Amino acid sequence: MSKDVKIRKGVNIKLTGLAEKIYADSVSTSDVVLKPTDFPGLKPKLSVKEGAKVKAGSPVYYNKENDKVLFTSPISGEVTEIKRGEKRKVLEIKIKADGANQFETFKQADPNSLSREEVIDNMLKSGVWPFVRQRPFDIVANPEETPKAIHITAFDSAPLAPDYGFITHGQDELLQAGIDALAKLTEGTVHLNITGNANADAAFTGAKNVQINKVSGPHPAGNVGIQLHNIDPLNKGEVVWVLRALDVLTIGKLFKEGKFDASRAIVVAGAKVNTPKYYKTVLGANIGDLLKGATEEGGRFISGNPLSGTQIAADGHLGFYDYQVSVITEGGKNRMFGWLPFIGFNGFSLSKTSMSFLSPNKERDLDTNLNGEERAFVMSGEYEKLFPMDILPVHLLKSMIVEDIDLMEKLGVYEVAPEDFALCEFGCTSKIETQRIVREALDLVRKETT
Amino acid sequence: MKALDNFMQKMKPKADGKFPIAHTIWDGTYTFLFVPGHTNKNGVHIRDSVDLKRTMIVVVKALIPCLLFGMYNVGHQHFLAIGECLPTDHVCSMFWDKFIFGALKVLPLVIVSYAAGLGVEFIFAAVNKHSIHEGFLVSGMLIPLCLPVDVPLWMVAVATIFAVVIGKEVFGGTGMNVLNVALVTRAFLFFAYPTKMSGDQVWINTSLEEGQQLVDSYSGATPLGKAVEGGVEAIPSLMESTIGLIPGSVGETSAIAIGLGALLLIVTGVGSLRIMLSMFVGGFAMAAIFNAVGDAGSFMAVPPLHQLMLGGFAFGAVFMATDPVSAAQTAKGKIIYGFLIGFVAILIRVANPAYPEGVMLAILLGNVCAPLIDHTVVSGNIKKRLKRVKTA
Repeated sequence: MSKDVKIRKGVNIKLTGLAEKIYADSVSTSDVVLKPTDFPGLKPKLSVKEGAKVKAGSPVYYNKENDKVLFTSPISGEVTEIKRGEKRKVLEIKIKADGANQFETFKQADPNSLSREEVIDNMLKSGVWPFVRQRPFDIVANPEETPKAIHITAFDSAPLAPDYGFITHGQDELLQAGIDALAKLTEGTVHLNITGNANADAAFTGAKNVQINKVSGPHPAGNVGIQLHNIDPLNKGEVVWVLRALDVLTIGKLFKEGKFDASRAIVVAGAKVNTPKYYKTVLGANIGDLLKGATEEGGRFISGNPLSGTQIAADGHLGFYDYQVSVITEGGKNRMFGWLPFIGFNGFSLSKTSMSFLSPNKERDLDTNLNGEERAFVMSGEYEKLFPMDILPVHLLKSMIVEDIDLMEKLGVYEVAPEDFALCEFGCTSKIETQRIVREALDLVRKETT
Repeated sequence: MKALDNFMQKMKPKADGKFPIAHTIWDGTYTFLFVPGHTNKNGVHIRDSVDLKRTMIVVVKALIPCLLFGMYNVGHQHFLAIGECLPTDHVCSMFWDKFIFGALKVLPLVIVSYAAGLGVEFIFAAVNKHSIHEGFLVSGMLIPLCLPVDVPLWMVAVATIFAVVIGKEVFGGTGMNVLNVALVTRAFLFFAYPTKMSGDQVWINTSLEEGQQLVDSYSGATPLGKAVEGGVEAIPSLMESTIGLIPGSVGETSAIAIGLGALLLIVTGVGSLRIMLSMFVGGFAMAAIFNAVGDAGSFMAVPPLHQLMLGGFAFGAVFMATDPVSAAQTAKGKIIYGFLIGFVAILIRVANPAYPEGVMLAILLGNVCAPLIDHTVVSGNIKKRLKRVKTA
């Protein structure tokens, strides 16, 4: 009983520097950094001190609100630095690689032969649990709940995004093991949402124990929130767990090999990358080691895609959920009369106030300029064209701005995540920071209702 | 360019200095010259190149055909009234005389409107310590175009200041106003100084120099004014009212010039096609009803299409009703909103001879109703979501 979903709203933003489908020579990382800030709303509590020796899979910190949710080291080495911010909030934990590649051992078994509790226990202890995220609130799933369904997205439609099919190709068994483990977690359906825009890789189309849905259309069709809304929407009081297919590979490796193997393939793309391609590396890896000499001056490094990723330093580290490093042109130049409409050099626009609408398929080198100043909402109908959910995005945002929880609930706050609003934020005439507003609202609703 | 940038940066006043207005004026000028190179800090790293300045300038550009045509028509009407040209003359006869005469009458209105409105905006921006918001760029152009040419300049200034302060700034500035600012200006003038805003004496400039006199057949009434008296017979033909060489507010007479502006707004997506179309449909519906029941020859019997071409209907539909801030914001709401305005505009125009120009009042009514219309649409969305839970 698979579903075909066609997304009509949205747009693909074509940026220069799309990666070629080849792997670069592998470089081992000198250190990794774990960032508790990758997990919104998490209160991290450390279980190691500086100087501690860890193996891949050794716990480094855990969730203060649920001490079973462990965050483990992706490599073997030594904890060298713990960086704290205001109120001693843990920001970064640096682990220096020792090159020994030692792993903690976990249960190695076919998930089909395990009970639900055993599967959850194995995932929690090894540190793969945080890959499972939940809606509402877009946070790490609570292992004590049972979701009504699990959705796995098998493609990414964001600008410069990695091709999941290329990365997953030939890893059918790992994907299947991961899916089997996830199938244990819900009494409902596990959905695997594949792209309808191109031929999906055989690893996805051949997956068993799962409902395969085809989702076609422009970005944000690859966002799992958009997919689940159009396949089987989430109602108040329900919980859905979501993952990306690449996360499932890591879970599959746990059950196949009995270890937390955090290695992953990522794409490095963008206008400031000399030859954009795929790299094999590890969660939290040092981008400086990876991209030595591979980028030009004047780029902004982003762990993730240019719409919803996080800015990092040139020697920064890959985020927990990120399979992409984007290096795009840093802005900062004042542009004379840059607001004039219909002038070629005045940039790319989704509205038809720039000549760019005549060449929608041209790849563009967009810089990081704000291109204007923040204003109150003036234009209407803009967000609606970019938001493929049956939700009124501007009204929901306004209820978020005034912190009216009751109204937010009615307008669908439980179904959205910041990334779903990224495209609206891109196209916003008034330059409103929608993703920040959504994140803060989700945190507020969570605090007030749970 | 670089030199100008450096020059501007050098004279930048302090934001918290002795005269905050100095910084506001500097900031307004600087951001006009340069889009500042601020970069994205949170959220998305790349941004669309569109901003509010660009959007507003597109609307101002869309108004230019109306402005130019209005200038010509002001001169045209003047020379007709003093008999220096005849209605049968070729359009190009005395073209520049007419245009220059009109420009000299219209430009002061434009300048006063912008000066008064922007003055208020600058003061509020300085007091509230925020940058100048662009909303008035459009209002400042709409105001002269929806007024009769002979309205005294001081009245324009008073009305504009009233509209910007009471119509917009008290609600929180651009983006927060309930009513369309330009129409608040017009409504203020209409009710405060009715002798300068209605009747037969204000639509055509009849200032006479020595040796000049009005032609015998002269009547200063607008087609709508005449229609109230004389019904269908008294109004210009459909062709004439579409071209627009008829008396009326400065920018509202020519459906063709308005059409050019509408085209730009629709192509760029800045103006809402939904609102424009539904307003025309609403107006057509009401006019058709009147046309069906009215006595032959009376004002009620004016053919529907002809009704839509007269007075400020088209101008209101394209430029006033579509103001995104005061209009309905939901897709369905826009259709209801436009239809309501069109329907009510013709109703007021025909049923109440005291207000031959019902469009202004209809749009203001529509502005007031817009939140209610949106509320209904939003409630529909909420109900649908609740129903999903019940059926699940």
